[in-house]
Formats: sequence, structure tokens, C-alpha cells
Amino acid sequence: MIETSHLSFTIGDSQILRDVSLSILPGVVTGLIGPNGAGKSTLLHCLAGLTEPSSGHVRIDGQDPFTARDDDRARMVAFLQQSPTTVSRLRVEELVAFGRWPHHRGRPGPEDAEQVAKALDAFDLEELAGRPIETLSGGQKQRAFVAMTYAQDTPWILLDEPLNALDPRHARNLMARLATLANEEGRSIAVVLHDINAAARWADQIVAMKDGQVLAHGASRDVLTSDTLYACFDTPFDTVPHAGRKLVVAT
Amino acid sequence: MRPWVGIGLVLIVMILASLAVGAASISDGDGGWLIWVSRFPRTAAALLAGAGLALAGVVIQNVVQNRLVEPTLTGTPEAAMLGLLGVTLIAPGLAVAGKMLIAAGCALLGMVGFLALARRISPRDPMLLPIVGLIYGGILGAIATYVAWQTDLMQFLGIWQLGEFSAVMQGRYEWLWAVAALAFGLYLIADRITILGLGETQARSLGLGYEQTRAIGLVIVSVLTAIVLVTVGAFPFVGLVAPNLASRWQGDNLRANLPIIALGGAMLVLGADIIGRLIVYPYEIPAATLVAILGAGVFLWLLHAAPRRA
Repeated sequence: MIETSHLSFTIGDSQILRDVSLSILPGVVTGLIGPNGAGKSTLLHCLAGLTEPSSGHVRIDGQDPFTARDDDRARMVAFLQQSPTTVSRLRVEELVAFGRWPHHRGRPGPEDAEQVAKALDAFDLEELAGRPIETLSGGQKQRAFVAMTYAQDTPWILLDEPLNALDPRHARNLMARLATLANEEGRSIAVVLHDINAAARWADQIVAMKDGQVLAHGASRDVLTSDTLYACFDTPFDTVPHAGRKLVVAT
Repeated sequence: MRPWVGIGLVLIVMILASLAVGAASISDGDGGWLIWVSRFPRTAAALLAGAGLALAGVVIQNVVQNRLVEPTLTGTPEAAMLGLLGVTLIAPGLAVAGKMLIAAGCALLGMVGFLALARRISPRDPMLLPIVGLIYGGILGAIATYVAWQTDLMQFLGIWQLGEFSAVMQGRYEWLWAVAALAFGLYLIADRITILGLGETQARSLGLGYEQTRAIGLVIVSVLTAIVLVTVGAFPFVGLVAPNLASRWQGDNLRANLPIIALGGAMLVLGADIIGRLIVYPYEIPAATLVAILGAGVFLWLLHAAPRRA
């Protein structure tokens, strides 16, 4: 479980997070939704132990990520930033292999090679393994970075808007893959999503944020109501039952 | 394996040519002495300086996540020159090691200033950073020129600004061997430098001590720049051309690539020095001039060929 208590984050005069206390459940997919500037991304950075809050604290499975050693933290939680880039012309397999860095610190062993192969397989990257990343399409590139995060082999995987630049098919495949990781490998996944329906379809838990605060947090079916969504986004939505989940329609 | 054999052969031919070419003939009675005292040091100096500058380039590129920068586009040699001017004015008798230390320290300060500027620049347009670096270096260079003019040190400045090897002799270039030691050290942290190139957030998420690694990288760049500057002068574009050509050829996993980058820089500078000795024989054109012409050409080509996200 990742727990935060009274988390606040301030830059200059603007308060990005206000007194956020919540618990992210393990073994499920948690979607963070909210309008632009709600603080989703900052919260995710704090949960990953990468941005130290101005006050309050974070515990990942009981440990404080801000006092943990860098490589201990990196074996606990993997984070993928929004629109990741690299200046290096790495091949896909080289990029994915860097996900193993916290485990081998420069001396990869057979287990690392195994995990890289597993990650390439899990994200259908085997055919692209030898391609330089800058020659890939946006969707392929995103998959390569997610595969790197997966190869990090951490109990927690946090992704900041991974569906950016993905077409519906790749977006669906990626979310389905994340759901499988949660269901079959027991990985705990938190993901910032702009597409409310992607959250409705794939997230077990939803954190709805607005103005740096958590507006609602709980099971998807409980959070995704017309009232909550209206309060969150200031625009009307209908929700329609669909295949055992909810479909959200902007009205 | 075959490209390595080819590169090795070209390198050997270049080294032999460098040992043979010059105003004095080596077939005279004192040929052996000439090679030992002058030609070998000159050849080694060109190779080491080129390798050092190429490595400095690739490190700074990963630190600022931009392929289009190199030390001369981040104001680094200009800052080092300011330090050298200061030393020449205040403590002209200081030993070479002391001068290098001061130059390296000032180069580091210059880069910290550049990084402060770089933080405010949007990474969306990779062209912006080298332009800002060029202006920044221009300002530092102008200050250096002003100081040198006021203090009658323009001659010194001219020597530092235009790198060349005609004055290299046994006993006057040996500091450059430190480049080899630094290159080895850099090889040991090659993975970390590559991870720096993923950007701060991603690097830290992988458990890299980002601040420390970046600081180590900057110190290495400063020392490399200062050693080359103090012993043979400044060479533009080497740090840009060698890493970019190497990465186009072999990709960018630094653990595999650093030797290629170092070799590329070494051959570029040695080649420029040999050509410089030949075209107005028995006179010489400074290697830095030829490197600049060649480098500017390759730079323009890179700008044209580079994907927008460098």
C-alpha cells in the first residue's frame, strides 16, 4: 500500500497539493483523473518518491521513499514520466535493459537478460528490439518506455499519462496489458489518465482530483457518478452501464 | 569486426604520416631524435586532445539532454580562458598544474552558469540551447578580450583561442596523457552517463544519484577542456562532430560507444593537423582552423539531418 498523510506541495505562491491523505491499494490498477492543473502529476511524482512534498509524508509499503537509498527505492517503485525522451540513440532492447539498472548497477547477469526478454515479449517489442528508439512511432516508443519500467520489476508501477500519443488500439492494448500485470502478477499500478473512459474501463480504483485536493477516492463504480464527475470537471456527464462497467458520456 | 580493422589501418597510416610530415626531413641524420622529441609528442598530443574534446562533448550532451551542444557551445573554454588570464595577471609564475586547476575550476563555474541558463530554456526546440550557449560563450569571450586588451595579454589569448600543435615538444605536452586516464574513468561510469541522457526524472526513477553523477560529469568535462586548452589551445566542434557521427554509425550505448567517439575525435584532430602541415608547406595552418571549417560543415549537415527532437 502507498499511503500519504497531509501531503502538501507549494511552488512559490501556488499550492499544487493541499493536504492529500489517501491510500493506494496494492494489486490493482488505480486511475488518477481530474482536470488540467489538478495536481495529478505532482501527486504521482510524490508517490514515486521523486518530488519531496512541502509537508506531510509518503510511505510505500511502510517505507519512506525520501529517506530510502536510491537503488532501494528504485527496486520498490518504477515511474514513467509524461512523454519520456532520451538524447541517446539507444536501441529498444538497450533502453529496456536500463530498467534493470537498479538491480545490477552496471553488472548485468543472466536474470537481467531474462527479465529484459520477458519485458520485450510482454509489450510485443521483440521485432523492434534492434531498432533505434528515435525511428519508432509515438506509440511504439511509449511501449518501449513502459517495457523499461516493467523490466524494473518493482511491486509498484506509476505511469504519468502513458496514453498520450497512442491511438485507440494501442491505448487499449497498453491498458489491457497493465490490467493483466495487476491481475496475474499482482503488480500495483497507478496511472494518470486523461481519458475518463479508459479509467472507467480499466481502473479498479479511481482517485478524482481537483485544485490539489482529492475529491473522491474509491472503487470505479462508486466514484464515476454524474455528480462526482460534474464536481470534478465542471462539465456535465452521463454514465451508462456497459459490459459490467460504466461508460462515461460528456453531455 | 571488419570496420575496426579498417579504422585501425587508417589510424596507423595517419600516425605514420604525422611522424613523417613536417618542415624538417626525418631522413636527415637526426631523424630519430626529431621523431622522438617533436613528431611523436605532436602526434600523441593531437590524438589525446581530439579524444578528450570528443568525450567532453558527449558527456555535456547527456547532461543537458541536447545533442547539439559541446564545450565551445556552452562557454566552457571561454570561462577557462578568463581563469587563465586571471592567473597570468595575478600569479604569472604559477606551475602548469596550478594553472590547469584554476582553468578547470573556472570552466566548471562557466558550465554551472550555462546550466542555470539552460534550465530556463524550453527543451522543445533543441536548436535554442546551442544558440544561447554561443551567445553566452561570446559574452565571456568578449570579457576575456577586454581584459586581455587592457592588460596587454592579447597574444596569450590568441594562442589559447586557436589550438595548434607546432609548439608541441617533449616536456611540454605530457599533461595531455591525463586525458587517457579520464577516458578510462569515464568508461567506468558510461552507463550512468547514458542514464543521465534520459533526463532527471527518469534517471532518478532508475535509482541513479542524479546530482552526484551530473557533478562528476561536469568535473570531467571541465578538466578535459582545461587540460586541452592549457597545453594546445581551443578546438571548436570536435565535441559535437565526433559523438554525433559515432552515434549515427553505431547508436548510442556509451558503454560500447565511448571508444569509437574518442577515436573519432582523435582522428579528426590529427587529420586536421596533418593537412594543416601540408597545404602551405613548409608553413602551417593551425589545426583548429581546419577543424572549425570541417566541423562547421558537419554541424550544418547535422542541423539539416537531425530530427527536430535532438
